[in-house]
Amino acid sequence: MNRGPRGGTAHPSDQLLHRYSHDQDIPADQLWAVESHLESCGPCRGRLAPEPIAEAVWAGLEPLLDATPQMPRTRAWRRVHAWVSPAAGPWLAMILLVTAAAVALDRVGVVVGDRVSLVVLVAPVLPVLGVAASWGRSLDPAHELTAATPRAGLPLVLRRTAAVLAVTVPGLAAAGLLTGIGVVRWLLPCLAFTVGTLALGTLIGVTRAAVVLVAAWAVVIVAPTIAFSRTALAFDQAATPVWAGLLVAGLVVTAVRRMTFTRLEGNR
Amino acid sequence: MQAIEADSLVVRLGKRNAVNGLSLRLGQGVHGLLGPNGAGKTTLIRTLATVQSPTSGTLSLLGSPANGKLRPVRRRLGYLPQHFGYYKRFKVREFVEYLAWLKEMPSARIPGAVKTALERVGLTDRAEDRMKSLSGGMVRRVGIAQAIVNSPDVLLLDEPTVGLDPAQRLRFRELVAELGRSSCVLISTHLVEDVAAACTDVVLVSEGSLVFRGTPADLATAGTTEHVGDSPIERGYSALISANAGGAW
Repeated sequence: MNRGPRGGTAHPSDQLLHRYSHDQDIPADQLWAVESHLESCGPCRGRLAPEPIAEAVWAGLEPLLDATPQMPRTRAWRRVHAWVSPAAGPWLAMILLVTAAAVALDRVGVVVGDRVSLVVLVAPVLPVLGVAASWGRSLDPAHELTAATPRAGLPLVLRRTAAVLAVTVPGLAAAGLLTGIGVVRWLLPCLAFTVGTLALGTLIGVTRAAVVLVAAWAVVIVAPTIAFSRTALAFDQAATPVWAGLLVAGLVVTAVRRMTFTRLEGNR
Repeated sequence: MQAIEADSLVVRLGKRNAVNGLSLRLGQGVHGLLGPNGAGKTTLIRTLATVQSPTSGTLSLLGSPANGKLRPVRRRLGYLPQHFGYYKRFKVREFVEYLAWLKEMPSARIPGAVKTALERVGLTDRAEDRMKSLSGGMVRRVGIAQAIVNSPDVLLLDEPTVGLDPAQRLRFRELVAELGRSSCVLISTHLVEDVAAACTDVVLVSEGSLVFRGTPADLATAGTTEHVGDSPIERGYSALISANAGGAW
């Protein structure tokens, strides 16, 4: 507790001074002490008087603060949607749900063909759905508005794709750990299909590309695996260079034809 | 330099030319784009909004060719598509803010610009409501708000008055008249009365080609009492369309 300037009563606390200046209820003895202190203490009277500069600054700030009542929340929200397409939310949730279902089925012993886990079968098509929701005409209602803005283009497409992978890959990694499936068996097909959707999307539009790739996967890989009860070559270690090659080819096509993403034809 | 300069623009969609060798120069003011359904109005507006590439011909917007770097031009563009898609779970303010971000507006300017845009379309009191709770007319007004949020120099509105009630249409005409004083506003519509009331200038297209360009008064003088329509301007419209395509349908 500070002593007064001439050994008088203690300086009142900020809280007490605030209550005094706002005519709030203060016990009589404290009220008297504050008043007698203020009579003798210039600095404390200064604390009580409104500061003209602070008042002026506040008067200027107040309307601005009114105009932006929720800045911190708004900024955080905008940061999320700078990456995640506003249309992709439910699809990202569905991706995690399907991954969990594949793990559950694997754990209860449901396998396809010659011990092919469902996790491996769904891994490539999951991100394709996310990408279609992020840039496709049929799943993103505001695709035409977005396409006309300066941000439309490969950088935004890649951000949204990264957001899809940021959900899909950790989900599949957890699924891989739970089911004992090695990373190489799902990661490369998953990435190759993701980039493949974008690459094919520059040629026929992302929506159509997603449909074509999911259908191709179902017909060429999944159906024979189920029908003939044998592991498709695609799941073999030996297929790794093929997946890597497809991934690189996809990246090249996407980069070369990136301008498609600034037009509506990229959404078809 | 005019804000929009199109020369022999051709846009091929499937087997037909939706826009067929159209040349057009538009500067400041409110221009009405009229024409029957299927005349190529939406394709033309999409091409001017740079989301549709022309098959041939040249297009320059605000002095730069619209085939190379689109970003600087798009920052100065406002566009309301015919099918205005939006995110239902977004609040009105959030949706317009998101579009402002997509238009690369400086972060510090976004809250103020969104507030102003919502004020101009009379939606300030609905700013914190979800998009899905709005009526059709209100959704259209959000569409107009997102188009004007970046104070565009070229504003392209495709059927902006659909879903607006008569009072809202009057307010809309006042708003575009105000915007047309400083920028180039092109409004596509099939409502001839909107053009008569709101536009300084009429562009009439049929089957992808320019049929007429002039003031609403000029359009009115093109018709006679023999032509279909309730007002002189409607009669002028049907006269020009039937002369070009053999029928107003």
